[in-house]
Amino acid sequence: MPWIEFRLEKRLEPPRWLGPSMPFVAVTAALLLGAAILLVSGRNPAVIYQRMFQAAFTNPGALSATLAAATPLLLTGLAAAVAFRMRVWNIGADGQLMIAAVLAAGAGIALGERSLAISLPAMLVAGAIGGIAWALIPALLRAYLRTSEVLTTLMLNYVAPLLLFYLIIDSTSYWRDLESPSARVFPQGKTLAESDFWPEYGEGIAVPFGLVVGVVLAVVLAVVLRSTRLGFQMKVAADSETAGHYAGIRTVRLLILVMVISGALAGLAGASQVGDFSHRIEPKALQFASYGYTGIAVAALARYNPLGVVLSAFLVGGMTNAGFAIQGVDLPLGLIGLIQGLILLLVAASEVSSRYRFVFGRRARPEPRGPGPPGETGEQATAGAGEGGTS
Amino acid sequence: MNDTLLVTLMAAGILYGTPLVLAGIGELFAERSGVMNLGVEAMMLMGAATAFWTSQSFDGPGWIALTVSLAVAAATGTALAAIYAFTVVTLRASQIVAGLALLILGGATGLSSYIASIGDLARDTGKHRLPDYDPFGLADLPVIGPLLFDQNALVYGSWVLVVLASLYLYRTRPGLHLRAVGEDPKSADAMGVNVVRYRYAHTMFGGAMAGIAGAYYTLAIAPNWVDNITAGAGWIAIALVITSFWRPGLLLVGAYLFGIVTSLGFTFQTRGVDLPSQIFSAMPYLLTIVAVVLVSSGWGRGRLHPPAALGEPYSREDA
Repeated sequence: MPWIEFRLEKRLEPPRWLGPSMPFVAVTAALLLGAAILLVSGRNPAVIYQRMFQAAFTNPGALSATLAAATPLLLTGLAAAVAFRMRVWNIGADGQLMIAAVLAAGAGIALGERSLAISLPAMLVAGAIGGIAWALIPALLRAYLRTSEVLTTLMLNYVAPLLLFYLIIDSTSYWRDLESPSARVFPQGKTLAESDFWPEYGEGIAVPFGLVVGVVLAVVLAVVLRSTRLGFQMKVAADSETAGHYAGIRTVRLLILVMVISGALAGLAGASQVGDFSHRIEPKALQFASYGYTGIAVAALARYNPLGVVLSAFLVGGMTNAGFAIQGVDLPLGLIGLIQGLILLLVAASEVSSRYRFVFGRRARPEPRGPGPPGETGEQATAGAGEGGTS
Repeated sequence: MNDTLLVTLMAAGILYGTPLVLAGIGELFAERSGVMNLGVEAMMLMGAATAFWTSQSFDGPGWIALTVSLAVAAATGTALAAIYAFTVVTLRASQIVAGLALLILGGATGLSSYIASIGDLARDTGKHRLPDYDPFGLADLPVIGPLLFDQNALVYGSWVLVVLASLYLYRTRPGLHLRAVGEDPKSADAMGVNVVRYRYAHTMFGGAMAGIAGAYYTLAIAPNWVDNITAGAGWIAIALVITSFWRPGLLLVGAYLFGIVTSLGFTFQTRGVDLPSQIFSAMPYLLTIVAVVLVSSGWGRGRLHPPAALGEPYSREDA
């Protein structure tokens, strides 16, 4: 940036307050930028933010709705946190969640009106298996054919909803409702028996079962990462794969294990969508929600710390809920995604401040160098290197 | 004979492959400079939204409206790419996280649908659509007529772009410097090439191309707005750059192949093939996975030379 001169200087050790304060700075800055965009499009940000806050936290029933919105984000946030910590880029939670929803709904429908003590665990397991299955495709491709998981997980996110649309809209599959009158007007998924709906806890504020599962798993993950062999191995392998090799860690196995855990967590989010909320497959809603992508923002905001994910899922869940509650003329669709994307961008950008110090001012710049023509020999040498590398 | 299946498929391949060519060449330039631009999908969506909005709200002759719309899309892509470059080149943030951030920010539930809902873009079909030109009056020639002489301006433009991109990369001094920056930024810096400036410039050029590629959807393919209209084409463009081994000519061929696969559903359905449409819709994504697997596993590994510094931030102090 020409008008502010600065350069980055490596930090030996970041100050202790810096890490925990970054998420707050990022959220505040994202809200301010969102306010600027609201102003530009002729809306009053103060009014909209106030209404968003009320819709998220203080209106009657708002907290229950926020907890409901936070439930899938907590689980997909954990899925992203586990993988991204180890620099395994599982961006596929969205697709894993959808496949899991199919299997969990299948288990729920198949078990019919049996007791919840049977159907609930069956749905949890089915969901986890669905998520794992969809995550294993990129995991095995990366482990054995060295294909980066970034593009493969992303592409599978586009395939999964097509499968759901086929099952519910373009076929007479097991998951499709062919009997109820409303389903004759527009295709919809088969609804679970009411006895298979997952329980809610709490008085006044409804706590979905899936949220309880998520909080328990967040604590378990925190313990595993902090004080078990697996957690230690993940830490070493994340810092350097070579170091992991020398330490005797089977990095391929560890990579697959991390993808399996991540896929299972995303899968539980899918099972919870069916068991806690929709009680049937809703392809359009699942595709639109993009819980998998938002989960990455949730995880990054928590700096990939499982316990932090609980808090950030609550915050981002509040935003999502508010967005749905007051969308309309005042709050155009898309503002919430915009703010969540800004948060993720700002968190990523602020990571730099934990590694580097900003040194402002002109004098900080190293002596200017003329852009004059380089010497003939240097030119030749690099030309050779360039050709060698690209041909 | 111009209605045969082969000609129809190839024409559709060009129609649906062109945005991949445009976005792909832009991404190729960014990657040659060492920056993996993972914001392409977001830049395409934003280009599609802003271009459509501009062409809908513009009063005036069609060609001016279309030109202005394309310029707006290019400017939008450039601006997003500048943000991306600042985040990953200057601040050295993770390219994957920054790319995903742009996707959420601009994507189907973000700014592109915000713009669409403010401008009420989904309400009407488009007022303007890029017309097909037949500059030499040769469109009726068998086979090559409809393929080479009956296209819109962006298709002709994309052919010029591919030729210029090859010339630039392999026959000019800035192209040589660009490759040096991507292969060995330290040596390039020692040669007096401004590494940061090259990376910014080529990433922003890539953003402009991605914006225009997005505009192609709303101005050429189907003048309509639906959320998430590009449906992952940006990611396919990134995959194409890898599978074409960072070469413009191969990228053009690969893009048309993907274009053909994308169009299979429409082509076969009009000819009465009865398969679930989802199978055809899934094909480009599955083909992308297969292609990326092929080039990154044994078969392609011998030939695959990504720019050596791809994805690596550069700073004089650390080097």
